[in-house]
Amino acid sequence: MFQYIIRRILLAIPVVVLISFIVFYIIQLPPGDYVSSYAAKMSASGDIMSQAEMDQMRANLGLDRPIYEQYFMWMKKIILHGDFGFSFNYNKPVMAVIQQYMGLTLVVSLVTMAFHYIVAIPIGIYTAVKQYSVGDYFFSGLSFIGMATPNFLLAIILMFLSYKWFGNPLLGLFSPEYVNAPWSMDKVKDLMQHMVIPVIVIGLSGTADLVRIMRGQMLDELNKPNVVTARAKGLSEMQILFKYPTRAALNPIVSTFGWSLSSIFTGATITAIVLNLPIQGPVMHNALLGQDMYLAGTFLLIMALLTVLGTLISDILLAWLDPKIRTEFRGS
Amino acid sequence: MATQAAHKEQPLLSVQDLKIKIQMESGIMNAVDGVDFNIYKGKTLGLVGESGCGKSLTSRSIISINPKECETSGTITYNSESESALNGLNLLSLKPTGKQIRSIRGRKISMIFQEPMTAFSPMYTIGNQIMEAIRTHQTKDKKEAKRIALEMLSKVGISDQAKRFDQYPHEFSGGMRQRAMISMALSCNPEILIADEPTTALDVTIQAQVLELMKSLQAEFGMAILLVTHDLGIIAEMCDEVAVMYLGKIVEQAPVKEIFNNPKHPYTKGLLRSMPRLGGNKSKRLDSIEGSVPMPINMPPMCGFYDRCKDRIEGVCNAQSAPKITISDEHTVRCFLYADQREGEVQ
Repeated sequence: MFQYIIRRILLAIPVVVLISFIVFYIIQLPPGDYVSSYAAKMSASGDIMSQAEMDQMRANLGLDRPIYEQYFMWMKKIILHGDFGFSFNYNKPVMAVIQQYMGLTLVVSLVTMAFHYIVAIPIGIYTAVKQYSVGDYFFSGLSFIGMATPNFLLAIILMFLSYKWFGNPLLGLFSPEYVNAPWSMDKVKDLMQHMVIPVIVIGLSGTADLVRIMRGQMLDELNKPNVVTARAKGLSEMQILFKYPTRAALNPIVSTFGWSLSSIFTGATITAIVLNLPIQGPVMHNALLGQDMYLAGTFLLIMALLTVLGTLISDILLAWLDPKIRTEFRGS
Repeated sequence: MATQAAHKEQPLLSVQDLKIKIQMESGIMNAVDGVDFNIYKGKTLGLVGESGCGKSLTSRSIISINPKECETSGTITYNSESESALNGLNLLSLKPTGKQIRSIRGRKISMIFQEPMTAFSPMYTIGNQIMEAIRTHQTKDKKEAKRIALEMLSKVGISDQAKRFDQYPHEFSGGMRQRAMISMALSCNPEILIADEPTTALDVTIQAQVLELMKSLQAEFGMAILLVTHDLGIIAEMCDEVAVMYLGKIVEQAPVKEIFNNPKHPYTKGLLRSMPRLGGNKSKRLDSIEGSVPMPINMPPMCGFYDRCKDRIEGVCNAQSAPKITISDEHTVRCFLYADQREGEVQ
């Protein structure tokens, strides 16, 4: 097992290097660069930059060098100094920008994820056990609607309702008076209030998917001969349900857990923009739009890293959960 | 009933007029249509028939583990020897998820299945799954349960039990898994063992070993066996009495020697002819029964075997369902060909 993990980590290195290069290349692909988008922004406010000024700025930022040279300089700094470069937009090191949003992103993502599993798994089990009952049709219908409704639309509807009923659209994660206030019980309470809509909106789409997956898995498992064996042994229906089908149905779901790592890191982008949430998603979106290349590159690189890492975690989780795979490890 | 007359003792289990209906899109399927048989202590009854004849549904209805879609009627009377509280109980009257039937399942009547591969859950060790049966019915004590489980594993011929106990089903071979399944079924010393095609998924040498094992355990524990199979070879090897099922009905029932030496029903004869024989002419093709089993949906009253029968009587066999005819004390057949032999037994 240990050997396997080491081997997987070593294999991940060339993958990450390759991804980093592709990421850097793709960021360079759109016409123009940060300087031209900066100039465009300046000209919109009536301040025209001359060609000489633009060239000067490019030279300062190192943007006039060939792409591979820029790439190697970026990589060298990351590996030697842990320095991911400078965000032009924020006028700060990239890491400082990411750190600034990390805490709230994690809070929103993790709470959403917990909501998602806590709601979806019981409903999935219920709809499978009571297949074709009124309850099954109700929840299945609801989850189809959940799957088909775009998140941002739901966000807008909930904001409207919240405004209509409570006189507050609950934009952002804090009320204005708490944004810069030091942490206190009231601030936490305010945060929780503001989290309701994002958690429902972001959580619901994944929840609908997960309900369908869980229901399908459970239906498969409920008809397996080992359930009949358990029944023939004299176990009660509840004992059977939790020990056999549910346990087996959870495997594929828990094993995909690792893949959500990168979405935990960014949070939901479009919904976050609509709801004005101060989390990573919108920051990354702006970085990509504004050709803030080191910030965008770092985002994409970290997401790629987390995906590779998440896949490894998934595999380890599955090996831990599934005795069959576990023995294969023991054997090797 | 004729077969009962031969046995002086009370049957352990008596199935009477068992009917199982399944609601299908195209109508109601009479999967099991009026089946009667008795199971006696220490004896083996073979239930033989081709796929889809209702033999599995029949066997599973005894402990009410058929799917919800099955509508079951009739009576299944259980006369427990060891527990007077369960004497004369109609198992079909119990709630399928209720406490009472659950206390019988696995303790008084247990069952082994065709696919030892999938009948165990791949998620838990063999030991865990065997102990579960023991801890449900016998003792709550974990150590004691483990002791019993290990003892049972050694009884079914699994060596190195302590190591095997902690292994998962996929680490067992097919034959070993079926042995483990048998040890689980017998762990609470049941009075009846229902074996639903116990050796179908195993290869021939292992088949013989498992059958031999079942026989020796029957001699040791004295349980009755209901053996469901499509294999006449296994019937000859294992059974005291045979019930031949076709299309949800028992078409012939007799002691095993009688079935092989003096088959009456054209279907039984066909089954016997389709068996390869040692010393038979190798260049000759095996006989087969022409045609296939019809679906018992919206069937008019007639003999279910009519379309495939070589001896059918037009206007008789397809006009009403065949009566049960008594050939001898222990031999009954459902066929018009023998209707004149015993009068007044038409049912």
